[in-house]
Amino acid sequence: MSTFWSIWISVIVLGTIFGCWWLLWATRKSQTTDTETDRTMGHSFDGIEEYDNPLPKWWFYLFIATCVFALGYLALYPGLGNFKGILGWTSANQWEAEVAKADARYGEIYAQFGDTPIPELAQNEDAMKIGQRLYANNCSVCHGTAARGQVGFPNLTDDDWLWGGEPDQIWHSIAKGRQGNMPAKGVMPNMTSQQVDQVVNFVLSYSGRERDAEAAKAGEAVYQQACAACHGADGTGMTAMGAPNLTDNIWLYGSTYEWIRETVEHGRQNEMPAQEGRLTDDQIQILAAYVYSLSN
Amino acid sequence: MRHEIVEKNLGLMIVLIVVVISGGFLAEVVPLFFQKDVNQPVDGLEPLSALELEGRDIYIREGCHVCHTQQIRPFRAETERYGHYSVAGEFVYDRPFLWGSKRTGPDLARVGGRYSDAWQRQHLYDPRSVVPESNMPAFPWLFDNRVKHTTIEARMRTLQTLGVPYTDEQVASAASDIEGKFEIEALVAYLQQLGTVISDKR
Repeated sequence: MSTFWSIWISVIVLGTIFGCWWLLWATRKSQTTDTETDRTMGHSFDGIEEYDNPLPKWWFYLFIATCVFALGYLALYPGLGNFKGILGWTSANQWEAEVAKADARYGEIYAQFGDTPIPELAQNEDAMKIGQRLYANNCSVCHGTAARGQVGFPNLTDDDWLWGGEPDQIWHSIAKGRQGNMPAKGVMPNMTSQQVDQVVNFVLSYSGRERDAEAAKAGEAVYQQACAACHGADGTGMTAMGAPNLTDNIWLYGSTYEWIRETVEHGRQNEMPAQEGRLTDDQIQILAAYVYSLSN
Repeated sequence: MRHEIVEKNLGLMIVLIVVVISGGFLAEVVPLFFQKDVNQPVDGLEPLSALELEGRDIYIREGCHVCHTQQIRPFRAETERYGHYSVAGEFVYDRPFLWGSKRTGPDLARVGGRYSDAWQRQHLYDPRSVVPESNMPAFPWLFDNRVKHTTIEARMRTLQTLGVPYTDEQVASAASDIEGKFEIEALVAYLQQLGTVISDKR
């Protein structure tokens, strides 16, 4: 802040306080004449008159006390332009002190788990209690409070994993996030409507639910051209791409003919946001162990 | 002292009242107009794109700011949940700012990137389908209505006049940039950039 504004603020603030003080003293009536209550202001309206009594003493001294308090406050805390106050208080350093105190108290609790391997950590009851809280606060919004997921957001309690269920794969999904992208019509953008129907029937035939056996048969060739690059020649998916297994009858975006057709025609994009930076490394480790524990 | 002097001279009384009530404004508000801390954008802050600006206007139209604040206070409890506390330089292009004063829903100052686009769309279409205990209203019409591309240029010009550094090219291409988009796209684009300038999330 420039010197001008610093002085501007100080003059107005102190001027207001001392102005109040002056006004109080200048208009003060003798406190010794407390008992004299019959003097009036000298004006009368319809016989109504106004007494001219001094302020009650307690009120008067309370007013003085607020002026003194204000000056004391301005001496201790920043309020007068560039003057930082004797305590050197700022909202930012109060926050830092608060965080440092909490880190000293809770950091140790997290630190003891931070280096433990995930499968071992998943056996630790205390860590899993913390993990459950972390999950509820950070993950349940998408994956659900019971971790069973919903359309578009994977179930974490089963053995089916888009990006892999090994400890380090789970850790990676949480810390670095994942970008899922199924292009519309796979890698065959000129797929005809009839071919879409065929490939959907073929995919349904993995779980024996095809509508039209002939279309399903014709769909295999379309599948191999458009879908196999990611979902694999045998339809079992590829965790490196986040491409789901199509043969297990677990469906992220719905299992009916209509839903699968929608998926093939328009593709699917979704994202697991990276938590690194939002959570500490120790917290991510505990969380990964918690998610691991849900299916192991 | 004689009361009558003040009480019987209305002009003098008006002047004295103005002096008394302007003290706080002159000391606490006026200096802020001239301070770098509140006038200078934080590093990397860009004005909202046409689509994001449209999203912001939808955000205001639907009254999101009535239940959601956009200001994280410097308390540990808040920074643990929402991320780094808000700083003045993040809001220099916000006219008006949407800090809000009531949190029926959570603070949104750093909601950008926290959830996927798909989640945001799902949640705005039917909040209880993703958060069963939510009491947020659904906004399904955002998925049917198209954005108002015909007025975006005038809105950007207005902001330009107020000091938001839009280039003339940005203003000129604004209408064609957003024409035909759905309102939901604009709103999600706006939400996904909120608070992302400060990368320190904790």
